[in-house]
Amino acid sequence: MNGLKRTPLYDLHVELGAKMVPFAGYEMPVQYPMGVMKEHLQTRQQVGLFDVSHMGQVLISGPSWESVAQAFESLVPMDVLGLEEDRQRYGFFTNDAGGIEDDLMFARRGAGLFVVVNAACKEADIARMRAALEPDLSVTELADRALIALQGPGAEVALSKLDPRAAGMRFMDVADLDLGGVTAWVSRSGYTGEDGYEISVAADAAAALTRALLDVDGVEPIGLGARDSLRLEAGLCLYGHDIGPDTNPVEAALTWAIQKVRRAGGDRAGGFPGADVIFDALAEGVQRKRVGLLPEGRAPMREGVALFDAEEGGKLIGLVTSGGFGPSVGGPVAMGYVTADLAAAGTAIWGEVRGKRLPLTVTKLPFVAANFKR
Amino acid sequence: MKFTEEHEWLREDGDEMIVGITAHAAEQLGDVVFVELPEEGTTVSKDDEVVVIESVKAASDILAPVDGEITEVNSALTDNPGMVNEDPQGEAWFFKMKISDASQLDDFMDEAAYQKFIG
Repeated sequence: MNGLKRTPLYDLHVELGAKMVPFAGYEMPVQYPMGVMKEHLQTRQQVGLFDVSHMGQVLISGPSWESVAQAFESLVPMDVLGLEEDRQRYGFFTNDAGGIEDDLMFARRGAGLFVVVNAACKEADIARMRAALEPDLSVTELADRALIALQGPGAEVALSKLDPRAAGMRFMDVADLDLGGVTAWVSRSGYTGEDGYEISVAADAAAALTRALLDVDGVEPIGLGARDSLRLEAGLCLYGHDIGPDTNPVEAALTWAIQKVRRAGGDRAGGFPGADVIFDALAEGVQRKRVGLLPEGRAPMREGVALFDAEEGGKLIGLVTSGGFGPSVGGPVAMGYVTADLAAAGTAIWGEVRGKRLPLTVTKLPFVAANFKR
Repeated sequence: MKFTEEHEWLREDGDEMIVGITAHAAEQLGDVVFVELPEEGTTVSKDDEVVVIESVKAASDILAPVDGEITEVNSALTDNPGMVNEDPQGEAWFFKMKISDASQLDDFMDEAAYQKFIG
């Protein structure tokens, strides 16, 4: 595959029988011999190991934590300054129109901020951070680090076999763990709706650590196919599909991620791109909302399916932005945007699939309850 | 059993043909989660889209391999689409059809030729 990059775990994926596909400029495993359905259920029931080394890992450092946090607040509508040592938070970069340029995780590590961004956006994100933060702060892409996610109800037991301190971490805690003689930066987080960890480790130590984790009973490698159905059931957004530069956080139902201190009336209100637009949306509401969508039949409703307010005629009221089969739900699940007047849970709408309008119900997210250790 | 370049198989059953997809096709599709079958009695032409099959990955169409009439469909697949992965060349047949022009069968491959075709 020409011009595609490989993660430090490429050879291991091939050895494990993965089917490799191009994704965000990388050759990534979409599935292993187990198959998407079983990989999904494996993660919900035991432990799944995911290579997410294609994601961007960035360290922002400066003279003090306060200087780093305050500067980063100029890019995101989150409370960065209030983040405690060794804690992580979900966030997103906004643009002047109030849209979302990328979503990310950020963690306070000493005086610095460790940021993980999406693979497809990482070059633009790094350029954005450099433009806004340098030269007062330094923005370093950690291209020599791998990122491994260990997800599922058995993740705590599995990782504790390598370092028992893993068990003492709470959801969104960050710590340095000693994983087989290698220091890894570990957060108790993930993107599957399950308990688990995300493990940043030096690229040259990644394959050995991955093998050690796969040697633990109940841990299996999981590809991007199941990662997508897991995050969809968990109601989590996929950047470029469910959120993007033209969706603002209020439309995207992500206002929970904007802490009070950054909202109108807060001590550090505004000061991020598009603040006025987002404040207007918060105060006055929006025309469309991101919602869960539960098709009534068995037919999956995938990205792009048009949504209508009637079985015949009626008007176009929205689009599916992510959809497919939810193995844990045992049927099709989807999310998308609908006009605000039809966004209440329980509303009956129709999606057009192969020329036929099929019924679906607006539903609260997530489809599968989150299993985090808070 | 005969095989098409569209990865379907046809097996004679009296004066009808039973049609399904090959094990190779089922593996390529991945876990099948939805099957939509045609109405029994439908008259079809070769290459008409007669069955919709969705896997965890994508939706695909199954084409009528020859001209004829759909005489029976395997409605068990609607409730249990996963059969397509478990037994694609046996229990998980899609439909039976009465063939209008038997000469259309002449182009199809035998098992050895199909195995060579998929490499």
